[in-house]
Amino acid sequence: MIRVILPQHLRTLAHVGSELELEIGGPVTLRSVLDALEARYPMLRGTVRDHVTLQRRPFLRFFACEEDLSHESPDAPLPEAVASGKEPLLIIGAIAGG
Amino acid sequence: MSKVRVLVGTRKGAFILTADGKRKKWDVSGPHFAGWEMYHVKGSPTDPNRLYASQTSGWFGQIIQRSDDGGKTWHQPGTPPGEAPAPGPPKAVSNKFVYDTSAESGKPLTTHQFYDGTQHPWEFKRVWHLEPSLTDPNTVYAGVEDAAIFSSTDGGENWKELSGLRGHGTGPKWQPGAGGMCLHTIILDPSNAQRMWIAISAAGAFRTDDGGKTWKPTNRGLRSQYIPDPNAEIGHCVHHIAMNPSRPGVLFMQKHWDVMRSDDAGDNWKEVSGNLPTDFGFAIDVHAHELETIYVVPIKSDSEHFVPDGKLRVYRSRTGGNEWEALTNGLPQSNCYVNVLRDAMAVDSLDKCGIYFGTSGGQVYASADAGDSWNPIVRDLPGVLSVEVQTLP
Repeated sequence: MIRVILPQHLRTLAHVGSELELEIGGPVTLRSVLDALEARYPMLRGTVRDHVTLQRRPFLRFFACEEDLSHESPDAPLPEAVASGKEPLLIIGAIAGG
Repeated sequence: MSKVRVLVGTRKGAFILTADGKRKKWDVSGPHFAGWEMYHVKGSPTDPNRLYASQTSGWFGQIIQRSDDGGKTWHQPGTPPGEAPAPGPPKAVSNKFVYDTSAESGKPLTTHQFYDGTQHPWEFKRVWHLEPSLTDPNTVYAGVEDAAIFSSTDGGENWKELSGLRGHGTGPKWQPGAGGMCLHTIILDPSNAQRMWIAISAAGAFRTDDGGKTWKPTNRGLRSQYIPDPNAEIGHCVHHIAMNPSRPGVLFMQKHWDVMRSDDAGDNWKEVSGNLPTDFGFAIDVHAHELETIYVVPIKSDSEHFVPDGKLRVYRSRTGGNEWEALTNGLPQSNCYVNVLRDAMAVDSLDKCGIYFGTSGGQVYASADAGDSWNPIVRDLPGVLSVEVQTLP
């Protein structure tokens, strides 16, 4: 079970609380987590990554285990603590006002 | 007794203001989608409970919201109202606005002029304007930034570009205004389902006579001193166009400078700025019953973008332009420095005609007597981006 924490705006959009859980079949990567997130919550498609290019939207960051994973390959394995559900993957809005 | 419903988009949410036909006592609902920029909210003429809203964010992109009950509840088209969807592949992608690059379109464009004059690729940013069909509540048009027009025929679940507009061939000359390169105005012709007008900042006005397949620029008579050829066919910063639906083809335009009118469906324009204190502004609208009565809110520019002399004045012409009177009763006449944006004025169809507008300072003003007197419905909303009105039975 993968734990994901969304920014407030997207929690409202997806009708979820502060943290959600996803089942991932296969390797746990940014891509597989985001694929599962968008399949479970289709209203989030296009809000975290671009519809067509699947690139991370520029004002969003991915953090986990006190590390910035925003620029990691989408196919790189996420930290074991995220894969095991011990730590959440945080999707964070850039600190740019709002 | 009739009712009115005022749909207000602001920089931090949407608000719905309702009153009976007297338009004295108002109920305020909202914020809906708190914290999001709500560029536009508009109802279907054929099903007033069907509302469409453009919800947008620099962080999270574009969302389309729909209400089927007059704004009580909302959902993203393709997802169940008020609840998370069941697991499985998504049924729709209501916020997917992808420019047409298919071979079938024949002439998809790839670049437009950027601020510095270089060519720049088209990049979708947001929906500025939603225009529901005059005949089908499930059909709606979207004007977007970077400028293009999309349509949905399934209630906003899926969108397709009407690529003939960008394929017209002048795209490399289009350039962004201060607000971005936005298609902000869509006018449907109630007498001709194949005809519509759009306007782009800064490219100008265009018309289709074949349902959006092909488009022609309709800018003859516009003069803009800030472009290399002031009389060019393309490049004018048209801020807004208004038309009374009972007189299709007579159009009134607020341009970056100049208020204009056309009596031949946009083929030719003439200036009607007359005695306005400044002919810059954004909003323009037409009285619901008096076809030669039009309204503008002059704004001081180029650098300031607030009302001149600290006075909030709506100007009304009862002669289709040229002769204007200031309407000030109930509006602040000192120390007022607000702006009124292009989609932030609307009229109801009651008798007497109601006029509504919202300001960058968060006030929404209403006049129940065609502009003779004004009262604020609300004073302290976030900055107002758009105002639409529905007249309900």
